[in-house]
Amino acid sequence: MLEVIDLHASIGDVPILKGVNLRVNAGEVHAIMGPNGSGKSTLAYVLAGHPSYKATSGRALFEGQNLLAMLPENRARAGLFLSFQHPVEVPGVRFDEFMRAGFNALRKSRGVPEMGVLDFNKHLASKLGIVGMDATFTRRYVNEGFSGGEKKRGEILQMAILDPKLAILDETDSGLDVDALREVAQGINKLRRADNAILLVTHYQRILSYVTPDVVHVLIGGRIVKSGGKEMALEIETEGYDKYEDMAKALRAGA
Amino acid sequence: MSTGNRAVKELASQSYQYGWVTPIESDTAPRGLNEDTIRWISAKKNEPEFLLEWRLKAYRHFMTLLQKEQLPEWANVHYPSIDFQDIIYYSAPKTKEKLNSLEEVDPELLKTYEKLGIPLGEQKRLAGVAVDAIFDSVSIATTFKEELAKYGVIFGSFSEAVQNHPELVEKYLGSVVPYTDNFYAALNAAVFSDGSFCYVPKGVRCPFELTTYFRINAQSTGQFERTLIVADEGSYVSYLEGCSAPMRDENQLHAAVVELVTLDNAEIKYSTIQNWYPGDEEGKGGIYNFVTKRGKCAGANSKISWTQVETGAAITWKYPSVILQGDNSVGEFYSVALTKGYQQADTGSKMTHMGKNTRSTIIAKTISAGHGNGTYRGLVKVMPKATNSWNFTQCDSLLLSNSCGAHTTPYVEVRNNSSHLEHEAFTSRVSEEQLFYCNQRGISLEEAHRLIINGFCKEVFKQLPFEFAVEATRLLEANLEGTVG
Repeated sequence: MLEVIDLHASIGDVPILKGVNLRVNAGEVHAIMGPNGSGKSTLAYVLAGHPSYKATSGRALFEGQNLLAMLPENRARAGLFLSFQHPVEVPGVRFDEFMRAGFNALRKSRGVPEMGVLDFNKHLASKLGIVGMDATFTRRYVNEGFSGGEKKRGEILQMAILDPKLAILDETDSGLDVDALREVAQGINKLRRADNAILLVTHYQRILSYVTPDVVHVLIGGRIVKSGGKEMALEIETEGYDKYEDMAKALRAGA
Repeated sequence: MSTGNRAVKELASQSYQYGWVTPIESDTAPRGLNEDTIRWISAKKNEPEFLLEWRLKAYRHFMTLLQKEQLPEWANVHYPSIDFQDIIYYSAPKTKEKLNSLEEVDPELLKTYEKLGIPLGEQKRLAGVAVDAIFDSVSIATTFKEELAKYGVIFGSFSEAVQNHPELVEKYLGSVVPYTDNFYAALNAAVFSDGSFCYVPKGVRCPFELTTYFRINAQSTGQFERTLIVADEGSYVSYLEGCSAPMRDENQLHAAVVELVTLDNAEIKYSTIQNWYPGDEEGKGGIYNFVTKRGKCAGANSKISWTQVETGAAITWKYPSVILQGDNSVGEFYSVALTKGYQQADTGSKMTHMGKNTRSTIIAKTISAGHGNGTYRGLVKVMPKATNSWNFTQCDSLLLSNSCGAHTTPYVEVRNNSSHLEHEAFTSRVSEEQLFYCNQRGISLEEAHRLIINGFCKEVFKQLPFEFAVEATRLLEANLEGTVG
């Protein structure tokens, strides 16, 4: 589904990603772990097409399409979703209207007729349970005055509505207390299917005790230094990233 | 009789000897401004003496200001000086030449109507196409009037009110905006041609919004329009002026005056959608819209609320204000002002707190695009006796280009210690983060701008009567088309 080949990326003139290789298949959950500043969020943003993050070399293929040549809205329409670490406020725009705009933009791009307000609201109501929210939540303005937990639930609700093939979840666990984390994680699990994939970007292991990954990657210094099974996440939880920092240094020395 | 008054009388009679014995056939006043012009207008309209006197006083005041060159120059707008002797001050409303079908109408105009979602029947009326009986404005107007009469609501043109209810006109005319108020208010008082008048009697809640009626009757009311609305004790009226359809006019200078009066426990809600011709791409030929709008909460517990959506005119200069005289009275001002191309808008509000426990709210949203220049100018004045008064002001600006401007000039003057004032202001561009967030959900750049701009205006739009909120949204979108994204 997603294939990333020797991807380099910069913010301004500062290189952040220095050759990332990654392959995610349908039905898989991959976790990208790493300490602060390792390039995790940059990877998420570059794949989603944030204009401040520039891919300088390498390739990223999404279902065979050259992802890096596509506008961000076209990546979304092709089925790529990013759950933001810091969801953005859009004052005066109701959350349900916002979701309907996105939902219908995707339908339109696929030649499916747009859904009217009433039908959409029914559809939306049927998804609210996934994140344990009620309808009053969706009548508020997008992320305005949302608590940390509400923002993250809101992101997962959007994922449920937009039904992407690939969801990149950027630090979805950050800022959540244990109960909220469990609920959000359960929501993610409900959306896991054999025909979609999830890329979980996280600093900590804790969300992975609810959303079990198939593959764990450790990203340090803009490179994936090691990939392994779910047990690697637990190991990081107890031992930290020191071992991997050393591996990254060795890689840099060799390069 | 005071000397001043006698002088007026003498002048009045003198002039009469000079020329107004012979009836004038023409419907258009001679070019230029002098006492004869004023007398000519007043005679043409068969006005009672008090009104002629008032006009003449206003005229003399205006001439003094003009001679002293006391033109208002403090506003952040720029235009070549106006030759006040080169204007025709009165011209009877012309009946436009009727076209036979919409096919004869400028296709550009029709495209705009379509974008605004104006119904076909109304498109015809606006474009001057002869319409069938169902859409006949006169018959609909009559129905509305009969309905209003049942409730004792007086509503019609200012000229009709002068003839039929001179006592009401005399009592309230100039009671909120005296002719000495400002340069353009003086000019308007001297030469105003017509406008609207509304009186809602005690305890009457006007049965419908005076919206449809006005739209149907939105004929050319001339460049010096004067509106007076009085809500007697315990009454309520919602009034809407303007239309989202683009309004062209051969007169460049428009100086209207609107006065609102609420007595005890009364409420007036006044909404405006303004879309005068803004000029060509370089801003040439657009309307100068210099308006004085003010309400007086004369009675206790009364309320006046202004909502305006200003998208047209080359230059807009207006400050819908409220004098909060009655105790516990409430004043509100909600505004969206859009400038694009080379449009300039200097607009805001003045809240003068005089009574105890008076409350006012100002929400002003300025959107600037292209080379547009928008200024918010406001004054919140709390007098010594207005104890425990409260004001909240929020003035936000949204910049959509690199060559536009947004300015905020809030003044505050508080003369007691028990009042509470809050002020919030921010200026922003549509942020890259907001756009990316929308894009990531599949929403195009243009649609994202649309959402964000509508969201920015939401607080103001939701004050409008529902159908007009829809229209205002479309109007904004049509005006911004091609300037963003």
